[in-house]
Amino acid sequence: MSQKLSASRRAVLLGAGVSFGAAFLPAPLSAAGSRDMRLIVIILRGALDGLAAAPPVGDPDYPTLRAPLAFTPSGEHGALTLDGFFAAHPSMPVFARLYGEKRSLLVHAVATSYRERSHFDGQDVLESGYPGPGRTESGWLNRAVAAIGAQKLRGLGVGTTAPLVMRGPAPALGWAPQGLPSAGDDLAARVLDLYAHRDPALGEALRIGLDTEKMASRDGMTDEMKKGRGGMDSPGGMRQAAAGAARLLAAADGPRAAALAFEGWDTHQNEGGAQGQLANRLSGLDGAFEELEKGLGPAWRDTIVVAVTEFGRTARINGTGGADHGTGTVTLLAGGAVAGGRVVADWPGVKPEKLYQGRDLAPTTDLRAVLKGVLADQFGLSPKVLAEKVFPDSAAVAPLAGLVG
Amino acid sequence: MAIGPDPKGAVRALNRFGLGARPGDLMLASQDPRGFVLDELMKTDSALLPAGDLPTTPLALQQVYLDNQQKKMERERATAAPPTEAAPAAVTPDGKPAAQPKPEPSPEQKIFQAEALARFKKQLAAGCGISERLVAFWSNHFAVSVSKSGHLRVAAGPMEREAIRPRARAKFYDLLRAVETHPAMILFLDNQRSVGPNAPAGRFAGRGLNENLAREILELHTLGVDGGYTQTDVTEFAKVITGWSVAEPESEIGQPGGFVFKANWHEPGPRVILGKAYPQQGKDQGEAVLLDLSRGTATAKHLAFKLARHFVADNPPPALVELLTRRFIDTEGDIGEVMRALVLDDRAWAPEATKLRSPLELVVASARAIGFSPPEPGPFLHPLNLLGQPLWQPNGPNGFPDVTAAWASPEAMKMRLDLSAQFAGRAHDEPLAVLETVAGPTASHETRQAIERAESKKQALAILFMSPEFQRR
Repeated sequence: MSQKLSASRRAVLLGAGVSFGAAFLPAPLSAAGSRDMRLIVIILRGALDGLAAAPPVGDPDYPTLRAPLAFTPSGEHGALTLDGFFAAHPSMPVFARLYGEKRSLLVHAVATSYRERSHFDGQDVLESGYPGPGRTESGWLNRAVAAIGAQKLRGLGVGTTAPLVMRGPAPALGWAPQGLPSAGDDLAARVLDLYAHRDPALGEALRIGLDTEKMASRDGMTDEMKKGRGGMDSPGGMRQAAAGAARLLAAADGPRAAALAFEGWDTHQNEGGAQGQLANRLSGLDGAFEELEKGLGPAWRDTIVVAVTEFGRTARINGTGGADHGTGTVTLLAGGAVAGGRVVADWPGVKPEKLYQGRDLAPTTDLRAVLKGVLADQFGLSPKVLAEKVFPDSAAVAPLAGLVG
Repeated sequence: MAIGPDPKGAVRALNRFGLGARPGDLMLASQDPRGFVLDELMKTDSALLPAGDLPTTPLALQQVYLDNQQKKMERERATAAPPTEAAPAAVTPDGKPAAQPKPEPSPEQKIFQAEALARFKKQLAAGCGISERLVAFWSNHFAVSVSKSGHLRVAAGPMEREAIRPRARAKFYDLLRAVETHPAMILFLDNQRSVGPNAPAGRFAGRGLNENLAREILELHTLGVDGGYTQTDVTEFAKVITGWSVAEPESEIGQPGGFVFKANWHEPGPRVILGKAYPQQGKDQGEAVLLDLSRGTATAKHLAFKLARHFVADNPPPALVELLTRRFIDTEGDIGEVMRALVLDDRAWAPEATKLRSPLELVVASARAIGFSPPEPGPFLHPLNLLGQPLWQPNGPNGFPDVTAAWASPEAMKMRLDLSAQFAGRAHDEPLAVLETVAGPTASHETRQAIERAESKKQALAILFMSPEFQRR
């Protein structure tokens, strides 16, 4: 499925609106009932430049707007063809291949409900799932796990500090690449015993950490695989985190919802084109898709990976070869359970008068609609739970139907 | 061990406000815990770190410039004249390839390591450690990251040493001005090439405004995100600080690697920020804005809350925050006076120890407890990396988190256990004596018993480092 004109793009979203009523019905068994679904959320911290990750090469206003960093449909500054109108950044061949296999899609001109330009408040809204910043210390993915039942569906936070999206009432596993011999079981038991008497909160966290480590070793993760290969802003680090998460998610009794955070997307300066800073990071993200596909094996069929960011960047390139904080951006979905091979966008265009506040890609799709659509179709969460527990005060934002296949 | 009248207060003084007890510190602090903290805080030079052999910022950056230039020349030579034949590999008499000489560490690595070592040594030698805690607080408030570039790797340490330490408890304006004009901050937040659109240099194609530094000054360094500024204020402030830059190697003005104001990059004309007009010219305009920002009510609230959250509790008593805010406003941002008010207030001492020590606090406190002082910084840098708080390397300009939830994740607690086991292997101390050093009579019965019943000294020390008494402050 491929829509080249904004008229038909609009139809995709209208379709979502029409299905609002249908969303109250129980989710079809084929999607949620018999399948052992996995959801992986990748937070891209720093505000991904959506117009560079998925350039609208077919939009006549794009080349002048984005000069001198504009991509062309082919050639030296060529991007990877998706539907002819939108393309993928040249450093994302895996994503483009999956698109061809109808196993990836992108949603463009998307944004959270946040309209200011602070990274930290933006990430708070993105991860908490609340309409504004500073409302809670828990994340939407954690609350979704809690709503489904933490016994049925365990969560996993990757990284030494768990991303907010996975923090909250439902206890979640934690894992990070490291390079240190494990303390002995006897010591662990003694410390757990001390915590049971003096500090139950620390005890609970330590117990979960120890459990995850056991699961990782049992499922064949070697010390070599656990050794750090670079930070979460490096392609090696991103790949490794994804490979580790894949191994845990693939286990029969492993977690089913995971959160990772990749860093370094704040490209104010020298963003680069087909090569450079952003290209390097996108190749890491693309490598993460590849590792997840490989590591999940047969479970990839029932997996959705969604990569989200707090907001986009200015439509025009700034005075220092980068872009400043903006609004509308792109969300990438990949995985065997994605009804892919299409771009979902109510494309606003990038004519100067169409830009949000004269500077940013105008947001036309609420990110919560995408995430609610995935959660509804993958796990059968009701619109009521989604609108009250997972994304509070979002009743007006209908889940986007048809993302899961 | 004989101990003074207030052992609980002594533990609070050293853990909540300082860097943890060394042998004998509890006894010193227990006579008058508040006095113990304040004496160090108010001592003129307690936050200073003598430069010794450490290069100044411009000299450090010049070494990187030179190193980059040499590497570039080598690359060019290599492409111009490719070697005709590879030299035969050196072998030892028994036919094995000779060990390659270890490559000389880059100037970036050398300077970073030297700065790190000097900082750790200072932290180990501190009495209470309140001044070092305050320095680290400001370094995190004005966060820069060494992962950005080689330039940042050499300039982050000097920024703390030259800009922050001499002003850690000065007027906030002095600190703010010193940091925002330090090359590390300018480079980290991309202001060095930000050019006013109507400045003489702005007419060249491909040059223009970059609003990164302006935004983070307003959002993170002064007013706070709810401080009442708009996108227009950000853009106008970015214009105000155009020209605040760093002198490049071939610069005709300024010292290479030092701060420089490039007048012909500066957006000319008066500006309005937060409703107030700034008619000044040149660099004075930016300083005038910084002065007003540094004394703003929103700034006072923002900093009072951050200080209380850092030292006292994740959710500090609102009345205490209010008191500190008022003190900040009444003294036109005198940090020393705000800190004095904090240390003298009962509410800062009352809450139980609920905050988890940050990785930095934990690693330094462990070393202080057993008198561990390595000749190189690796034994500190490595655990900080593993625990998610690499030195001068936060994920973004908002610095590292300052709440327990962020540090007490399952993965991090498992890592704390592994590190405690490893670190316990370094010590030969009597575990119960170390418990006496760090907790005195305040240690719980259960902790004491777990240590006494451990199967080895090493295990006993690991349990001690993992005990709530040691992990929380």
